Amino acid sequence: MADILVYVPNSGKSAAETLTLGRSLGQVSAVAFDDSAASLAAEYGAAKVYRVTAEGADDYFVDPKASVLIDLAGRVGPDAFLLPGTDEGRALVARLAVALDSGFLTDVSGLDAEGTATQDIFAGATVTTSKITKGINLATVKPGAVNAEPAPAEPETEAVDAAVAETDKRVKIAERVDEPAGDRPGLAEADVVVSGGRGVGSAEDFALIERVADALGGAVGASRAATDAGYYPHKFQVGQTGTTVSPQLYVAAGISGAIQHRAGMQTSRVIVAVNKDVDAPIFGMSDFGVVGDLFQVLPQALEEIEKRK
Amino acid sequence: MNIVVLVKQVPDSGLARRLDEQLRVDRNGANNVMGELDEYAVEAALQLKEAHGGEVTVVTVGPDQASDTVRKTLAMGADKAVHVVDDAIAGSDALATSKILAAALGRLEYDLIVAGAESTDSGMGVMPHLLAARLGVPAATGVRKIELDGDGIKVEHQRDNGYDVLTASLPAIVSVWDTINTPRYSSLKGIMAAKRKPVETLSLSDLGIDPSEVGAGAAATEVRSATDRPERTAGQIVADEGEGGRALAEFLAVEKFI
Ligand SMILES: Cc1cc2nc3c(=O)[nH]c(=O)nc-3n(C[C@H](O)[C@H](O)[C@H](O)COP(=O)(O)OP(=O)(O)OC[C@H]3O[C@@H](n4cnc5c(N)ncnc54)[C@H](O)[C@@H]3O)c2cc1C
Repeated sequence: MADILVYVPNSGKSAAETLTLGRSLGQVSAVAFDDSAASLAAEYGAAKVYRVTAEGADDYFVDPKASVLIDLAGRVGPDAFLLPGTDEGRALVARLAVALDSGFLTDVSGLDAEGTATQDIFAGATVTTSKITKGINLATVKPGAVNAEPAPAEPETEAVDAAVAETDKRVKIAERVDEPAGDRPGLAEADVVVSGGRGVGSAEDFALIERVADALGGAVGASRAATDAGYYPHKFQVGQTGTTVSPQLYVAAGISGAIQHRAGMQTSRVIVAVNKDVDAPIFGMSDFGVVGDLFQVLPQALEEIEKRK
Repeated sequence: MNIVVLVKQVPDSGLARRLDEQLRVDRNGANNVMGELDEYAVEAALQLKEAHGGEVTVVTVGPDQASDTVRKTLAMGADKAVHVVDDAIAGSDALATSKILAAALGRLEYDLIVAGAESTDSGMGVMPHLLAARLGVPAATGVRKIELDGDGIKVEHQRDNGYDVLTASLPAIVSVWDTINTPRYSSLKGIMAAKRKPVETLSLSDLGIDPSEVGAGAAATEVRSATDRPERTAGQIVADEGEGGRALAEFLAVEKFI
């Protein structure tokens, strides 16, 4: 059976997805730097957990973890090494590729036992299959592309003690500033996302978008025109340079549907748009659309939703 | 302060893009532009130079026509450029490209290397860390703010639910998101001045790289097939004549979202 190493950074959704994909390829050994990651690995079927203690590693950016992963990969010699396709995952996969002199792929949406990976390119317009022809199957897994399925196991645990080398201390995390999302689900994980664009017109009126999101139990998103204008914080931006979402339902209100926005939401299962311009490109990809003023349509929809609940 | 900016010419992401028969990004179309995030990298470098003095050098790897992108950076205000161009480079993967860039950077003196957080064609976002590994230089990536801080830099690394303040010694590599600034337009004066700015054109042999180490033949990954995803098609689009909101709620109910 193939040996699959999986980097488990935390107990988040993309870590669970990466473990699930790993399990479909062979026997998973997870690399966990804390207990929550180790228990996620057990919940998602890892046969083994390398539980790493690296005193001080969290105070530095990327390098200490890269060194641990490089060491482990060298020692274990896996057939594949999968990482979640987060910014950290992309940084780590690059470090591993150079150290192991291995080919690698980023943001794979699937990978089979023969090593054939699928990827979405050009903002999802084209699907490619690729193969790594040198080294191991080293890849980051696109968040949201794999359905995370638990498979509780009782993995063997191996403690790994790692010291942080001086050369890995050159980029220090001086401060962590968290901007909590509040009571709403996280944008990347939500089943429903309700997004507002330039058409919302002001920060105050984003309250309407929030009310629709809350009525549907969803997260709030925004287009870049809306975040640039300061209507809503940047971290809620959906699109090529924002978050990629793939919810069951995506509602776009006052969003034209520029290609960079579509890049972040077009794999949503159901897309609904409200826009006063009948020619807005967003309608061309919507399962349901209302051509009209969002300030008329959404309040009426809200009223009806409350009635039906 | 010597700042190097890495830029890449890409097909315009706002237009239809395709792979060619060899399953490589088709770069022969007329719609090539500077990588959209690279403009923010150039702007960040120019702002640092304006505040602290020094020189901005642009480095690119790409075919002849990438000289348009080089000229654009010079028109924005970069001082000089290095353009690595060689037929043998076509088909290189990220690993090989990083080898070429590392060799080009090895000939320069730099305090800071600035790149876009990802290219807008492949979108991999790995180059800064590939180079960090090859050059042994620390990398602080995905940032929305850069400041000098004593002998080093202080940056804000953007994440989904907040940001991290990172400090790094120099030389260092940073990559920037589009939240960092608003790139300037080049002025007519800038466009004229760009014509006199030095552009060094280098081949693989100038960099001491054997052609067999790069290009399609050396690629460690291979694209086997490409299929256009069927475009999503429009479903039911209704005009609001006073009942649009209710129709929307009805659709959501039928789809079991309420
Ligand atoms: C490198 C790069 C990266 C980018 N990354 C992203 C990204 O990650 N995410 C992103 O979203 N964009 C991104 N963009 C920007 C993108 O190109 C568009 O400019 C942006 O998505 C437009 O946002 P919008 O649809 O809200 O605004 P607009 O295009 O201005 O559309 C506003 C829409 O609202 C409608 N409207 C106005 N008033 C009302 C009303 N009262 N009721 C109903 N409808 C109304 C209008 O008809 C219009 O269709 C990027 C661009 C570049 C160059």
